[in-house]
Amino acid sequence: MDLPPITNGFELVYQKPQTLTETPMHYCPGCGHGVVHRVLMEVIDEMGLQDRTIGVAPVGCSVFAYEYMNIDVQEAAHGRASAVATGIKRVLPDRVVFSYQGDGDLAAIGTAETIHTVNRGENILMLFINNGVYGMTGGQMAPTTLLGMKTTTSPYGRETSLAGYPLKITELLAQLPGSYYVTRQAAHTAAAVRKLKKAVQLSLQYQLLNKGTCFIEVVSNCPSGWKMTPTESNKWLEANMFPIYPLGDLKTPAQPMN
Amino acid sequence: MTNKVMPTLDKTEVRLMKGNEALAEAALRAGMQAYFGYPITPQSEVIEYLMAEQPKHKNCVVLQAESEVAAINMVFGASGAGARVMISSSGPGISLMQEGISYMASAQLPCLIVNVQRGGPGLGTIQPSQGDYFQATKGGGHGDYRLIVLAPGSVQEMADFVFEGFRLAEKYRTPALILTDGALGQMMEKVSLPPLGSLPYPDTPWATMGKKPGEKRHIITSLFMQPEEMEEVNMTLQKKYRLIEETEVRYEEFGVDDADVLLVAFGLVARICQKAMQQARARGLKVGLLRPITLFPFPEKRIAELSARVASVLTVEMNAGQMLEDVRLAVEGRCPVHFKGRMGGMIPSPDEVLEAIEAIAEKHNVELQR
Repeated sequence: MDLPPITNGFELVYQKPQTLTETPMHYCPGCGHGVVHRVLMEVIDEMGLQDRTIGVAPVGCSVFAYEYMNIDVQEAAHGRASAVATGIKRVLPDRVVFSYQGDGDLAAIGTAETIHTVNRGENILMLFINNGVYGMTGGQMAPTTLLGMKTTTSPYGRETSLAGYPLKITELLAQLPGSYYVTRQAAHTAAAVRKLKKAVQLSLQYQLLNKGTCFIEVVSNCPSGWKMTPTESNKWLEANMFPIYPLGDLKTPAQPMN
Repeated sequence: MTNKVMPTLDKTEVRLMKGNEALAEAALRAGMQAYFGYPITPQSEVIEYLMAEQPKHKNCVVLQAESEVAAINMVFGASGAGARVMISSSGPGISLMQEGISYMASAQLPCLIVNVQRGGPGLGTIQPSQGDYFQATKGGGHGDYRLIVLAPGSVQEMADFVFEGFRLAEKYRTPALILTDGALGQMMEKVSLPPLGSLPYPDTPWATMGKKPGEKRHIITSLFMQPEEMEEVNMTLQKKYRLIEETEVRYEEFGVDDADVLLVAFGLVARICQKAMQQARARGLKVGLLRPITLFPFPEKRIAELSARVASVLTVEMNAGQMLEDVRLAVEGRCPVHFKGRMGGMIPSPDEVLEAIEAIAEKHNVELQR
C-alpha cells in the first residue's frame, strides 16, 4: 500500500540538509554531536559550499563524522586534525576547510598542533566540542574535566595536586595574534543553537575572506559519560560547566584582543 | 650485471652540490607541491634549501612545522588532497613520524619520506649510520605494512631517487622512503639534474578536493571497525606489496661472475666495499659485490642465486647487523654468511673490510687444505 507523503496538505518548512547523509547517527540519546553536525552542515548547504568544503574528523566520539557529513572528509590521527587541516588548506587555499575535535583530542594530545595551527593563523575553522570527558573510551578524565568531577580515571573527583586544573584552551587561543574570531557557544537549547549557527556562518564568511583562524568551542554534555539522563545533563551543564566555561565571544573583529 | 631499472631522465644541468641540497633541488624539479619538515642534523639543509628556493617555485608550499609529528600529519592532509608531498628528517624525527606513516600506508596515501640517518639509539650522534634499516624496511610503525625503500649511494642518486621515489609512491599509492645517511647528505659531488616538469602528475580521483555535484564524496581514512573489512584492507595492502616485490627490485653488482666471496652492502658502505673489492682483487682474491638499491623490495632471489655459487657471503653495514638478517633469509644456509659492522656513527674503512675478506679467504684455504 502506497502511503501519501506525510507533508501532503502541509507546508514543508524544515528538512534535513542534503549535506547530511542518510546514515543513522550512532551518538547516545541527548548527545550534542548530532546537533553540532547538523548546524555545521546546514550552514555549508545554505552558503552553497558543499563542493568546495573538506572536513577533518578526529579520534573520539565523532570519529565517524564522515559517515554523516555528505562532503569530502579526511579522518586524522588522535590530536592531529588541525595539522591535517593545515596540509589540506595549504595545498588547496581556495577550499573551505574545517577540523572537528573533542576536548581530549584538541586540548590534551593535540595541544601543540592546536596552538601552532592558530598561531600560524591557518585560514580554517576549528570546531571544539568540550564536554569535559573522554566519551568514546568510556568516560575518562579530560583536560577540561571540572575540579571534583568524577570520571573513570578520577573516581574520587578531579583533584589539583594529581591532575591540575581544567584547561581553558579557548581563552589561551584568543590571546594569539593568528586567531581572528574566537567564541564559546552551546547547543543544548533552541536559542543556543541559533547563536551557534550564527557563529558558524561568521566563521565560514571570514574564511572566505582569508581572515585567519576561526575557533568555536561548543560547551556540551555527555549523558553517558556523566551518567545522567539527557535532561539532567543539560541542567548540570548550565549549573556547573557554564560558570567555568562562560558562553560568549572571546575575540571578534570589532573587539580584537591584540 | 645490473638491474638498475630507472626511467631515463634527460639531464640538462650539472652542478656541484651537497647530497641534501641535491635532494632538495631534485624535489623542486620533480614538481613537488608541498614539503613539511622540522630541523634536525644532519639533514637541515633540505628545509633550508627549499625555503631559500621557494620564491622561484610558487606552486610549492614549504612549511616548517612545530614538530615531526605535526609535519607528517600535514603531509597526510596534503597528500589526501592530491598533492605531491615530501618530508625529511633523521632518526629521532623519523621515529616521531611512525604513527602518521602507518596511517598513510593504511589510507593508501603516497608521499616521499627521507631519512638522513644518524647514529643511535636515543639522541645518539649526528654522524652517519645505517641503524634505521629495521625501522625503514620492516614497517616501523604499528600494523602490517611496508614502505618502498630506496638506498642511494652517491649525491647523484640522492637526486635521482627523488624522482623514482615520487614515481613509485604515486604508482602504488603508498609512502616511499629514501634511506640515506649523514655522510651522503653532507658530502659534495657532481650531480646532473633534469629540467623542471620531468615527472608528470598522476590522476588522483580518490583525493579530497571538494565533493563534485552528482558524484560520491571522498573519504580518506585508516579506520575500518569491522574486522572483516579491516582484513580486506590488509589483503589489498599485502597484494600491493607482493606486486612491488615482483616488479620493483633493483640492485647493482660488480665482479660476481667468478666471485668466491660475495660482499653485500647498501648505500655509502657499498662504495667502501667497491674499494675493498679492488684491493682484494689486486691481491688475487676473487671478490664480488651486490648492492641492493631497493631495500624493500629486497633482492632476495638474486642473493639466493649467487649464494649457490660463492663460498661465502660477507655483509657489511654501519649498524649491528640489520640487513644481515634479510641476507641470511635469502641465503637459507647455502653458504656461510659473515658480518662486518661499525656502529654509533663510525664508518668502516676499506682496509677493515679487506681484513674481513682476507680472514674469510684464509678460512676457505684452511678448509680446502683439509
